[in-house]
Amino acid sequence: MRVAVVGAGPAGVRAVEQLVRAGLRPLWIDEAPDGGGRIYQRPPAGFAREARALYGLEAPKARALHAALDALKPAADWQPDTLVWDIGADPRELHTLHEGQVAAHGFDAAILCTGAMDRVVPLPGWTLPGVTTLGGAQIALKAQGCAIGRCVALLGSGPLLWLVAYQYMKAGATVAAVLDTTPFATKARALAGLPHDPATLAKGLYYVARLRAAGILVAEGVTPLAIEGDGERGVSALRWRDAKGRERWLDCDAVGLGWGVRPEPQLADLAGVPIRFDAVQHNWVPQRDAMGRTPVRGIYLAGDAAGIGGADVAEMAGACAAQALLADAVLPVDAALTGRLQRRLQRQARFRAALERAFPFPARLAAAMPDETILCRCEAVTAGELRAAAEPEGPHGAAPEVNRAKAFTRIGMGRCQGRVCGMAAAEVLAARLGCDVAEIGRLRGQAPVKPLPLSAAPEREAAA
Amino acid sequence: MRLVRLVDQDRPEIRFTFEGQECAARAGDTLLTAILAGEGSFLRRSEFGDGPRAGFCLMGACQDCRVVVEGRGPVRACVTECLPGLVVRRA
Repeated sequence: MRVAVVGAGPAGVRAVEQLVRAGLRPLWIDEAPDGGGRIYQRPPAGFAREARALYGLEAPKARALHAALDALKPAADWQPDTLVWDIGADPRELHTLHEGQVAAHGFDAAILCTGAMDRVVPLPGWTLPGVTTLGGAQIALKAQGCAIGRCVALLGSGPLLWLVAYQYMKAGATVAAVLDTTPFATKARALAGLPHDPATLAKGLYYVARLRAAGILVAEGVTPLAIEGDGERGVSALRWRDAKGRERWLDCDAVGLGWGVRPEPQLADLAGVPIRFDAVQHNWVPQRDAMGRTPVRGIYLAGDAAGIGGADVAEMAGACAAQALLADAVLPVDAALTGRLQRRLQRQARFRAALERAFPFPARLAAAMPDETILCRCEAVTAGELRAAAEPEGPHGAAPEVNRAKAFTRIGMGRCQGRVCGMAAAEVLAARLGCDVAEIGRLRGQAPVKPLPLSAAPEREAAA
Repeated sequence: MRLVRLVDQDRPEIRFTFEGQECAARAGDTLLTAILAGEGSFLRRSEFGDGPRAGFCLMGACQDCRVVVEGRGPVRACVTECLPGLVVRRA
């Protein structure tokens, strides 16, 4: 039986671990050179920081995952630095790119652990040099030892906002402010559900307290207005409105922004797994059962690509998806392990739902973005151009859903395929059409899921 | 944009070329770090005329940090290691 695992973050590592334990030797592919996923990404050789400095309170988990990863590499067909850019249904193949060369790998069953990326709300000036995602700001520090600027504003909402601010402060960066768009009252109401995971809650409160104690400007319930600056010199300030409605000006030379994360489900999409809008997460999430089985035979999902749960959930879900695969293949399974993990996953799901209520996606902020905002940064399409596509008087009539709007305006048609702008674009279109964002649809995945060099294009594509 | 080297910077110096200028970087830098922690300011100009860009996601997903490496073509600066002697220009 040919089994493949895509991804070597927390989910992928624990999936491979179970497969190897059952005597299989899976094909194991990761886009990064050294696995770990984004959360437990290791710096390149030559960097000297200890795990404690890199991963803080998560250092023991990071060390354990790295140890498992390194031990499993020889037990699998380990292919790092390799992008899976398409998944074929008949024959079942993973199409890969490694050092400029494409290849196809047949498989009978695959576990897709393709992770997540920042969920973003564009605002005027967000394409300026000096603006990154919160995840990007964290990677600059973790994997390169750098801050994204001399004086960094952090904007958005969710646990990552506070974690990045804390990590920057500890590393000696100057944090100009931490601006949270969620009002304090919203978070306080949701706290009632958070004690399902008291350790995580305590960590969050600790970060906030340390930032305030350091005298860093912390504001909640803010409305971001624009990032100021010019293209050559980059960011010079962030304009925002405080909870009392006063307009404020913050001098800074970099901005990290993000509002939680969204799944990267492109390969599941191309494999034919149905993708549905999850109103609690406010995300498009591929359909799967509690074990990670999808309606497509032989395709399993785990980790944040299967719905946002964070790293701890990803580790458990990876092991469960592997157990599901083994059960379906009538191979020996570990029922006790599965039972234990499923009970813990259920508790985590209650915690996650409370977290989503505490840090809701600011749909109204996205819907209200000014017309002149560049919404799609790949194709430089503005919010105003997208709104025009919703007008019945337009040359094509009103676009009723986001893929039609893409055809009209090129929104989401660029190199990132709408990963970055797609969610906010749907909010803008839904608000203009007066319908629910779930009805607007999502930008469908297309192969290749990331750009390929033309020199690597398969022969049949080149001839077409 | 100017990346600030904060920690873990005690690595051997390497040299590469950006936009025709010889530049210093450190072993283990990505191209994005090497260029933006130096004098590079930005990585490319938007092909739609809306100004310079310098990457965004730093995790290989957004495709905003494209630069051109001689002999290799366009690459994502955030996931490409800066090696001694590379000749790099803005995309």
